[in-house]
Amino acid sequence: MTGPLLLGVRHHGPGSARAVRAALEAARPRAVLVEGPPEGDALLGLAADEAMRPPVALLAHVVDDPARSAFWPMAEFSPEWVALRWGLEHGAQVRFIDLPASHSLAVESAEEEGGPRVDPLGSLAEAAGYDDPERWWEDVVEHRDAAADPRAPFAALGEAMAVLREAYGDGGHAVDLVREAYMRTQMRSAVREFGDQVAVVCGAWHVPALAGKFTAAADRALLKGLPKVKTELTWVPWTHRRLARRSGYGAGIDSPGWYGHLFSAPDRPVERWMTKVAGLLRAEDRQVSSAHVIEAVRLAGTLAAMRGRPLPGLAETTDAVRAVMCEGSDVPLGLIRERLVVGEALGEVPDAAPAVPLQRDLVRTQRGLRLKPEALERELELDLRKETDAGRSRLLHRLRLLGIGWGEPAQSRSTGTFRESWRLRWEPELSVRVAEAGVWGTTVSGAATAKAESDAAGATALGAITSLAELCLLAELPDALPVVMRALADRAALDTDVAHLAQALPALARTLRYGDVRGTTTAGLAEVAAGLAERICVGLPPACAGLDGDGAAEMRTHLDAVHAAMGLLPDPDRLRERWCGVLGRLASRDTVPGLIRGRAVRLLLDDGRIAGEDAARHMGLALSPGTPPADAAAWIEGFVGGGGMLLVHDERLLGLVDGWLTSVAPDAFTDVLPLLRRTFAAYEAGVRRTLGELVRRGPGVRTGPGDAGVPGFGAGLDAARADAVLPLVALLLGRHGSRDLCRSDSFA
Amino acid sequence: MTVSETESENRQSRAECVAEEALRPHAEHAFAGELAALAAVDDRPRPVRWRLSPWAVATYLLGGVLSDGTVITPKYVGPRRIVEVAVTTLATDRALLLLGVPGTAKTWVSEHLAAAVSGDSTLLVQGTAGTPEEAIRYGWNYAQLLAHGPSRDALVPSPVMRAMAQGMTARVEELTRIPADVQDTLITILSEKTLPIPELGAETQAVRGFNLIATANDRDRGVNELSSALRRRFNTVVLPLPATAEDEVDIVSRRVDQLGRSLDLPSVPDGMAEIHRVVTVFRELREGVTADGRTKLKSPSGTLSTAEAISVVTGGLALAAHFGDGVLRASDVAAGVLGSVVRDPAADRVIWQEYLETVVRERDGWKDFYRACREVSA
Repeated sequence: MTGPLLLGVRHHGPGSARAVRAALEAARPRAVLVEGPPEGDALLGLAADEAMRPPVALLAHVVDDPARSAFWPMAEFSPEWVALRWGLEHGAQVRFIDLPASHSLAVESAEEEGGPRVDPLGSLAEAAGYDDPERWWEDVVEHRDAAADPRAPFAALGEAMAVLREAYGDGGHAVDLVREAYMRTQMRSAVREFGDQVAVVCGAWHVPALAGKFTAAADRALLKGLPKVKTELTWVPWTHRRLARRSGYGAGIDSPGWYGHLFSAPDRPVERWMTKVAGLLRAEDRQVSSAHVIEAVRLAGTLAAMRGRPLPGLAETTDAVRAVMCEGSDVPLGLIRERLVVGEALGEVPDAAPAVPLQRDLVRTQRGLRLKPEALERELELDLRKETDAGRSRLLHRLRLLGIGWGEPAQSRSTGTFRESWRLRWEPELSVRVAEAGVWGTTVSGAATAKAESDAAGATALGAITSLAELCLLAELPDALPVVMRALADRAALDTDVAHLAQALPALARTLRYGDVRGTTTAGLAEVAAGLAERICVGLPPACAGLDGDGAAEMRTHLDAVHAAMGLLPDPDRLRERWCGVLGRLASRDTVPGLIRGRAVRLLLDDGRIAGEDAARHMGLALSPGTPPADAAAWIEGFVGGGGMLLVHDERLLGLVDGWLTSVAPDAFTDVLPLLRRTFAAYEAGVRRTLGELVRRGPGVRTGPGDAGVPGFGAGLDAARADAVLPLVALLLGRHGSRDLCRSDSFA
Repeated sequence: MTVSETESENRQSRAECVAEEALRPHAEHAFAGELAALAAVDDRPRPVRWRLSPWAVATYLLGGVLSDGTVITPKYVGPRRIVEVAVTTLATDRALLLLGVPGTAKTWVSEHLAAAVSGDSTLLVQGTAGTPEEAIRYGWNYAQLLAHGPSRDALVPSPVMRAMAQGMTARVEELTRIPADVQDTLITILSEKTLPIPELGAETQAVRGFNLIATANDRDRGVNELSSALRRRFNTVVLPLPATAEDEVDIVSRRVDQLGRSLDLPSVPDGMAEIHRVVTVFRELREGVTADGRTKLKSPSGTLSTAEAISVVTGGLALAAHFGDGVLRASDVAAGVLGSVVRDPAADRVIWQEYLETVVRERDGWKDFYRACREVSA
């Protein structure tokens, strides 16, 4: 062997991984050098741990600023991971040789604005006549069977990369030159120690720079005076989904599940893949027979042959699955993509791994807010007007979002909106939860934001998203709010059940008010709320038609809730106008149940949209002899339910009810009696008595307002005694100075 | 989607098959020159009885320039993947089912596939609600039958039967319109590759090269769903609607122009803006998301195909020409749009009003359209 064995790979390429393993088996080096932060050397032992299951990531973060971090994700099929495990299993020395994270994290903050990276593989693929570099790489490297000499493909690739590097230089990323200088330095010291028995696994792009002739002095000069920050490293569990993200290795992949399959399938990858797909579709109750699998495999093979590819790739298998198993539909394909092509694999990290930065951030925040985790349960009263208490509330809400149930909101003894009560209890397993939540981010706020966004994308029920939006405001996660709002708007647009919309609107209106109180920007929220209100206005009248008794009762509560919420929304005039139009339509449509019609008339009357005469006309129509008595009784329940003062004050309406009631036929009377009882039993005793008196006296007896007085009171008004109550009323209304207002607080 | 035959192509084909004098020559005649050029340069392996290799068939449909400089015009403008899957399917022993809403060039693709693969696109069964079993299996020449008794001579083979015997590509149009029991006669043909003739105690076995292309409308009401046994014998390819609004506007305006001329409608200038609006409304409701991709929408039950957009605009043109001021306006198309969108009076009306109130009302320059639609929807 002459010089160290350079194995240029594509990060997360299963073919590369397999080739690396074959090359290592053949060369059996005594030292394996892997592209990665050297601080990770101390954690290498964990990679051999039984409890370590890829996908995992090596996470480096700046000690005082966990938000500045970098990940080096590794899946089972990553060449780096394969090299690590091979080295550990065969007793070879394993080292990371990339620029230390303490330098790269210090540099990166300045580097990030750099232009787009030159795509070396893209250039090679283009030269070979491929439009998609991924496919080219798959055909040339990943799908290649093990060659006679496992080192041959790496040599060929190294040459191709050398040509590219000549053309592109550092590819527009000066930091690469520094990294490569460091890699060379590390490589030299390894060679001094182990001779030529050294293998290097790194991105193919770096191979020419490691193979070329550079003097140690020049490298030292490049590495001099690099900025430095204090960093810490640990292993964190990773997911397939997050492998698609660009970070650390800089190479995101679209189809980790497919790659994992290619790597782990011992033979006949396409056949095995199709069987997996069929299994998934069967589990989802689609009829997929073995004949389908056979045909899909054949179609994929024929397609690959026609497209001139050595083996069917993901594109061919997907086309075949669509045509044979999914009847041309893309809907089940989405499922396959979610579950298989991307996959849901979740990595595991042994307990011995150092604490994740999230944990540190949490401890720091706890210290800052003077909120110690205690195993003993205790109550915490927060006054949100105070800075510290507001911070505590935010922290607790964020932790709740992350599934770390340290505090549970308790019923507050005070009714003020600026008070919150919590019941705190730190259970030991919460530490595990914190470690798990580490995948979401490195700080509590960042992690909570990421979690909220992911929850919003995954939520199916409208109500779940509205409460999520509320939570986002409580936890003060402004970055997550737009995403949640998007999800909310989308769900609202597609939800065909007006009841769901009606349930969501009040919460949204509340959120909006709350945001106003806290001064949070809620512009997007208002837009969504207005859209929701608009949809309710359109959808409500048809949804109210032909409801049964229970449905009508449920719809009435929605009607009330929406009515209240409409007033809280911005631009209330226009919406109110529209809403009243809807109520008017409900009130006069015969197919709408009496309960709803009565309620709509009442709401209009209370709002002053229709005059008393109109209400009387509506009631007259609803109670006319042609209407089935049960329907009429329901109308009355809707109209006067929840308080009878209206009937007490308007004798004309009372007269209508009275007249209708006396004309109900005897057999129908027993039907309407329960309804009427339910309506009138809810009234206060005084109201009922007054109504009784009024009815006994009969209509038209009352002579004039001054003399007869208010129902329930004796005739004649003692003005002097009435005046005595005025000062207290004024006090209640806050007509006095601010001094008195403070006292009125106790009444509120 | 489809590239209809342009004038020059027509002239060329007429020159090539003068004897034909047909109003609409078959694909294999109209494009005989291209097919011959392809066959000449095609050195890839061909399946048994195929005129061209699968690669050449795909090139014939998608267009390209051959090594000898011959330009192959594209017959189908759309995703390459679709044509590749379709051609590949024909090379396996599974039949091909082309699905799509009206106006997505299903028939066009099937005709050209048959022409390129077998050199004959005429082995065709047109599916209707009245298609009998004989149209798919075989019938009898009753004079022969009565005179000489049952024999092969008295048999009248269907196009499918002939395709089986000769190893050609058969075509079935509008498969889902055919009654279910008649559809199912295809099962034996497609799975056993044989057509038994119990009357003669004989059978016709398909020879290699036989395959079948069926087309069906997947969003039409009142169709006969394929039985799962039959569906299993097909590879399904869904032909998509035009990918971009520009493509669709282009197709609509061209077809409207042609239709208008054949219906002798007075030509209406400046109709493009309205066509654009109709296509936008159709696309947005069909795809369930606004053109800017920011707002999701519910989709109505109607298909809202390009073909319907064409008829809405044509109807609007007739209104504008005969009753309006000769300019296509929002009020001319509003009723047509409403009729296409609101198929189910309850559910679709809500969807339409939501769309009007949440999307159309807010849109700049759409005030007249909004008002016109409100007027007809009220």
